Amino acid sequence: MGRYIARRLLLTIPVLIGASFLIFAMVYALPGDPIRALAGDRPLSEAVQAQLRAEYNLDDPLWLQYVKYVGGLLQGDFGTDFSGRAVLDTIEQRLPVTAKLAAVAVFFEAVIGLVAGILAGIRRGSFFDNLVLVTTTLIVSIPVFVLGFVAQYLFGLRFPIFPTSGINEGLYSYLLPGLVLASLSLAYVARLTRTSLAENLRQDYVRTARAKGLKPSVVVGKHTLRNSLIPVVTYIGADVGSLMAGAIVTETIFNIPGLGRAVYDSVLRQEGAVVVGIVTLFVFFYIFFNLVVDVLYALLDPRIRYD
Amino acid sequence: MTDQRAGTERRPTEGQVTGRPPEATDRAEGWAATTLEAKAAGSEDIGEASLWSDAWRSLRKNPFFLVGAVLLTVFLLMAAFPTLFTRTDPRDCDLSRSADGPSAGAWFGYDVQGCDYYANVVHGAQVSVSIGFLAMLGTLLIGVVIGSLAGYYGGWIDSLLARLADIFYGLPLILGAFILLSVLPDRGVLEVALALVVFGWMTAMRLVRSTVVSVKEADYVQAARALGGSTGRVLTRHILPNAVAPVLVYSTIYVGTLIAAEATLTFLGIGLQLPEISWGLQINSAQNRLRDAAHLIFFPSAFLSLTVLSFILIGDALRDALDPKLR
Repeated sequence: MGRYIARRLLLTIPVLIGASFLIFAMVYALPGDPIRALAGDRPLSEAVQAQLRAEYNLDDPLWLQYVKYVGGLLQGDFGTDFSGRAVLDTIEQRLPVTAKLAAVAVFFEAVIGLVAGILAGIRRGSFFDNLVLVTTTLIVSIPVFVLGFVAQYLFGLRFPIFPTSGINEGLYSYLLPGLVLASLSLAYVARLTRTSLAENLRQDYVRTARAKGLKPSVVVGKHTLRNSLIPVVTYIGADVGSLMAGAIVTETIFNIPGLGRAVYDSVLRQEGAVVVGIVTLFVFFYIFFNLVVDVLYALLDPRIRYD
Repeated sequence: MTDQRAGTERRPTEGQVTGRPPEATDRAEGWAATTLEAKAAGSEDIGEASLWSDAWRSLRKNPFFLVGAVLLTVFLLMAAFPTLFTRTDPRDCDLSRSADGPSAGAWFGYDVQGCDYYANVVHGAQVSVSIGFLAMLGTLLIGVVIGSLAGYYGGWIDSLLARLADIFYGLPLILGAFILLSVLPDRGVLEVALALVVFGWMTAMRLVRSTVVSVKEADYVQAARALGGSTGRVLTRHILPNAVAPVLVYSTIYVGTLIAAEATLTFLGIGLQLPEISWGLQINSAQNRLRDAAHLIFFPSAFLSLTVLSFILIGDALRDALDPKLR
């Protein structure tokens, strides 16, 4: 197990470097002059431009810029944005917001997705099963930003139950955006649980458990669910990283000052340092949660041996 | 059911969650049932009971498929010949009727500029469908080429391409395409499709790769090789046909994902630009009018979602029909 984790960790390094270079190259190598974007309508003098270029290493070849950037990263320096504010400050301020949003989303995803999936999986072909099938298909078909508007319209305007913008009301204001962020994964969890449970219920050991007279609740709850939930738990775990990156759309619609919103704003302002810093962080989370899930998978399912 | 994030191979997918082969009894029952059906359907069908004729038989009876097919036909027609649905010029605008609600004369009302909204929404189908298919074809091209290379040659090529896919998986489709498009000076249909291909080819590649790996040691492939078939011929004539069914299912659903992604990017202000007519742009320019002119968001959203839905319904039905194990 230890060897497996060590090997997975080593494999993560080239992926992390590759992904961050990819982001870096997109932001800095492609056409578009950040200094001109910074200056706006009034052109800067040559001298000021040169000084700014030197300050942000814009004259170096791309690979050298990247090496310098990673050198800074390793010392905890994410660079500064154009107004001189450290990117790390922005991250520290906004990470908790996005983390909270992702946590709310994972909560909805797990609770609603699991309950719907279990109820549908136990009675395959029932009315509720078909309801879950149809609903999940509809949810998956509606793009998240449209779902966001539907939620705002229904619960913000028609029946003003939830705030539709900002985070001024504490955890309460995270509920609606959290639900919208979770929607796609929620549908997926429901379907995965349903399929997994229905498949396990057909196994011999379930028949044995029923034959020896166990109560249905024990057969499902104790014997079948444990096996069926392995893929679901790993899916939810790996999804945390994706949810954080997916927050870019939700945070924009619901005007939530998290990391996703920061990426959106700084992409529009061509603030390269902020974009690269935060998106690299997203990639890191994504890889990290996938790693955790791989390890978790081995712990949950004794049939899997990595060594 | 689709999810572009679900990528790594050990990630469980529906139907193979336990890692155990499907129950033999189930398969036998399914087979017996289809055979009986074939007999009932008439003697001429027995001779050609291939995977595809079986699939077609079960598709015809699937209500989800029928709904999806009708929807898809409508939207493809709308994309190809918008004038079949409306004779009104979408660019004939009059500010005096700005954001007027639906009426008998203008079913969907008027947009902020006072243009007939029904005409605009109908004309919006074109770019969505074009980008969806263009990006899907690009994804398939890359997926088939790289997936075949990785699966057929194996070894370091396979490892290298797998790591490359891992790198791109780190950036979700929307996020990656969002950043790439933000640095492109001009963004039209081609650019948006390209960005979606660049960050979306990995799943298709893994799908093709796993098919190639699973059959490349099969007897008939070795026979073809022993008879002197070139690598290209063995791949295209003997190996890749095995990937047609899974790739068809995947790409049908994926077109829906791509159309949704395009609309999302355009809505975020980083996809298509005016004066293009697109659902994403329509929703974007109406986003602050939710309170007083909700119809401006409702109609393009409904058309967009129904288009995505049609692809997902057909893809789901195709998967059920082509993969008897899931029945």
